Amino acid sequence: MSIWFSHHWHALVSALRKLTDAPITSLLNIVVIGVAFSLPTGAYILLENLQVFSGQVSGAPQLNLFLALDTDKNKIAELESRLTQHPQIASFQFIPKNVALQQLKKRDGLADIIDDLAQNPLPDAFIINVKDAAPESLESLHTEIQKWPEAGYVQFNSAWTRRLDALLKLGKLAALTLAFLLGFALVAITFNTVRLQILTRRDEIEISKLIGATNDFVRRPFLYFGTIQAAIGGITAWLITAFILHLISNELTSLAKLYTVDLRLHHLSSEDSAILLLSSACLGWFGAWLSVANCLWKTESRWFKDTKYTH
Amino acid sequence: MISFSGVYKRYLSGFEALKNINFTIEPAEMVFITGHSGAGKSTLLKLIAAIERPTTGSIVINGQNLAALNSNEISFLRRNLGLVFQDQKILFDRTVFDNVLLPLQINGFDFKTATERVYAALDKVGLLKNAKSRPITLSGSERQRLCVARAVVGRPSILIADEPTANLDTDYANDIINIFKSLHQVGITVLIATHNTGLLGNAQQRILALSHGELTL
Ligand SMILES: Nc1ncnc2c1ncn2[C@@H]1O[C@H](COP(=O)(O)OP(=O)(O)O)[C@@H](O)[C@H]1O
Ligand SMILES: [Mg+2]
Repeated sequence: MSIWFSHHWHALVSALRKLTDAPITSLLNIVVIGVAFSLPTGAYILLENLQVFSGQVSGAPQLNLFLALDTDKNKIAELESRLTQHPQIASFQFIPKNVALQQLKKRDGLADIIDDLAQNPLPDAFIINVKDAAPESLESLHTEIQKWPEAGYVQFNSAWTRRLDALLKLGKLAALTLAFLLGFALVAITFNTVRLQILTRRDEIEISKLIGATNDFVRRPFLYFGTIQAAIGGITAWLITAFILHLISNELTSLAKLYTVDLRLHHLSSEDSAILLLSSACLGWFGAWLSVANCLWKTESRWFKDTKYTH
Repeated sequence: MISFSGVYKRYLSGFEALKNINFTIEPAEMVFITGHSGAGKSTLLKLIAAIERPTTGSIVINGQNLAALNSNEISFLRRNLGLVFQDQKILFDRTVFDNVLLPLQINGFDFKTATERVYAALDKVGLLKNAKSRPITLSGSERQRLCVARAVVGRPSILIADEPTANLDTDYANDIINIFKSLHQVGITVLIATHNTGLLGNAQQRILALSHGELTL
């Protein structure tokens, strides 16, 4: 246990020494990682906020069911009982066509036009509040109702939020793809830095191995190094986005007040922050691991390299 | 115990550096390996430390057949050997103290115990006052003694020194040999390769003489 601890302590100390031995290189690497990761992180934050905002303004989704013009009273009663029994429907409200016309008349400028009409052009309608606002169940309810013979036209009154939702999903996918690609960049940066370190520390590695260091012992400081550097890069990305968010947040809040909406930008949740930190650390570890697996071989004594000639 | 039986070493170049080597060294023996330059002394020591692999034949060290060991087992075997390399292999980017500390870090010693041991080893070779110096400031003899300190600090059961007195004046050479003798007296197996037969003079120790890759004594 204490040997384990001492080995890891040694690895940590020499990893930190590697970071501080070449401060400019380390700093540049960290900044590059930070800037690269702040792009998808920023996009993600923006999309998260938009999603919260679109949820706020749209409220609970509703379906408007406009009946066919020739629907009679019996059929309407029948429809009412069908809606009452439907498991996906929370509540509904019947709006007869004359009430709808009255409401329309109250609007400025329309009264005269409506008075001139020979007959009421509006259909009877139901406003339906659904239980489950998930887009999929809304969609299935929509198609089901549309098939009823009494249904003239079924309309979402929140169609634009659904479209926004779909767009946001697409945007998140794009941000994720970007993060994925930049993840490769992080692996490549770490790989290369560690490769250079291994080459400049060939002597140390070679001598350590000659006097009894295991491969794990040699690997460990580089793995720590790659992990720590990338994790600091992840933290930098978090700070960069926090800074930018702070800058635009002030502007946006005063703008939003003009429109009496409560629009405040939120940074990553602590869960998402942890994911950012963890995934950058893991990628750094992976890059270092690849590098060590590739380059350590070059420092190996011939005992291991010669095997194929000696059997 | 170190035992060679029927060992041949042919390098990839095709050069046969060792031919049919057979010997056994008992625990706590002190043995000189002599021979002209190019006789195969370094090759023989590298075979013991599993740095090179024999072409044929078997090498058994402390009951372990080297051919059967995996990478980690080789590392653990090497921790039981103290090596003084012909080309010294000093790390010039760190202090004398840190050079000697390295084997103990590899062994996973806690820093306090390790520090005590490093100072004890430096004291033994007379480098205590140079602990914080850089190796570049050391003289030839001091560097050689640094290598000895690094080889013994892990308290190996076998000490292997390749030309430890190569560039030293006779007085310094004798100092080094005396350090090895004192280690031999506390029960460590000591192997010293040298082409300097003047060192042997009145020595009572066993000699393995190599000539053109063959044992002649
Ligand atoms: N890696 C190698 N490849 C090819 N030949 C080698 C290699 N190492 C040593 N030799 C040759 O093997 C012979 C013995 O070398 P070495 O064991 O170093 O001799 P010594 O230490 O007794 O001077 C020399 O002729 C040398 O040139
Ligand atoms: Mg030699």
